[in-house]
Amino acid sequence: MSSWQRFAEAFLDWDVIVQYLPAIGSGLIVTVEIAALVVICGIVLGLVLVVLRSYRITVVNWLIIAFVDTLRSVPPLVLILLLYFGMPNIGINMGGFVVVWLVLTLVLAAFAEEIFWAGLLSVDKGQWQAARSTGLGYTQALIYVVMPQAVRMTIPPLTNRTIAITKNTALGTVIGVAEIMNEATTAVSFSGNASPLFVGALAYVMLFVPVVYLGRWIETRFAWRKN
Amino acid sequence: METLIHQFFNLDVMLQAWPIVWRGLILTLLLCLAVIPLGLIGGLVVALANTSRHRAVRWVTVVFVDFFRAIPPLVLLIFVKEGLPFAGIRFSPFVAVCVAFLLNNSAYYGEIFRAGIESIGTGQMEAARSTGLSSFQAMTYVILPQAARNVLPDLLSNTIEVVKLTSLASVVAFHELLYSADMARSVTYNASPIVMAAAIYLIMLLPVVRILGRLENRMST
Repeated sequence: MSSWQRFAEAFLDWDVIVQYLPAIGSGLIVTVEIAALVVICGIVLGLVLVVLRSYRITVVNWLIIAFVDTLRSVPPLVLILLLYFGMPNIGINMGGFVVVWLVLTLVLAAFAEEIFWAGLLSVDKGQWQAARSTGLGYTQALIYVVMPQAVRMTIPPLTNRTIAITKNTALGTVIGVAEIMNEATTAVSFSGNASPLFVGALAYVMLFVPVVYLGRWIETRFAWRKN
Repeated sequence: METLIHQFFNLDVMLQAWPIVWRGLILTLLLCLAVIPLGLIGGLVVALANTSRHRAVRWVTVVFVDFFRAIPPLVLLIFVKEGLPFAGIRFSPFVAVCVAFLLNNSAYYGEIFRAGIESIGTGQMEAARSTGLSSFQAMTYVILPQAARNVLPDLLSNTIEVVKLTSLASVVAFHELLYSADMARSVTYNASPIVMAAAIYLIMLLPVVRILGRLENRMST
């Protein structure tokens, strides 16, 4: 009983929760904003890159591969600190929100490009030939025939990766972006009670459990296409 | 252009920061040696629990996996390091990272092992049992080796993510690579040490990323 009381006092102090709920709510909005922007921009940029790569221009492809491999190998937090603390020294001030958005967008674009590319390669050559033989140009065949099939095949891995990268919005707290975690830790230091942290963690769970379920549903929904 | 090179690729600053960054790198490697095996073992336990005959056990593993897949690792880490002391549970940064990563990685590795086990037909288990192996023996000697091989690219891919995740330990003041580089940055007012850290991650992980790409292509064709 006493350990439960201790837990409740530390994490479920109702007065503290009520007091800081609005702050965590506004943090929730910031988190959703960054996440939505990252998902949209990252996937669009990934699509643009894969279309560019499909023209197989040597120099362009090298650049794309270098970009993709770098962003797949370097932890996002390293890039966030690099941009946030490094860029002002050369006169570019971006602010935390933009830095987190930019870094996560680039990381998602890199992973998305790689996934789309694998999908593109797996589309049967006959599809290309059939499309071209009906008089479509290269770009038309790519956009109307090949890409729709490729993208469909890549939906399960893409969903998983997108969820994983969206969760990284929490990294914004390290550079003071006022998202859920930042509001929660600030509230903890003001109130001297860990309840806001508990509520913040709960907010993330409420935000992402549906997304994880959506991802699992999409995975089973599209799974049969592999065989 | 000159300021750009001075601010990001300053060799003098990098040389100056090298000893501290080197020590950070060692700690990052040690951290990897701790959290990767922990995560693999945890994931195996989760995946095996998921094959249990008891519905309650399976239900608990599903809740465990979904919960820890939904919560961002940084949130978990901050909760373990900054939140739990309020309930009288205090960890050193290293142990806090290990605990948070064990929970997070067990969920991810668990999902991968589960997919691997499901990819093996039930006939394998029946055949193994019919030769007189216990279900534990059948799992260890027949199912798991095949399952692990089927999901090798996913295991490798997740391990890359785990290595990258160790950079989060800097947030709870564990003196790993990123923490050391950032400390050097704040002392020198120059971003070159972080560029150096980025380059070290790149050198460590790029070969693995490349091997992974080749492995994925070979498995799919």
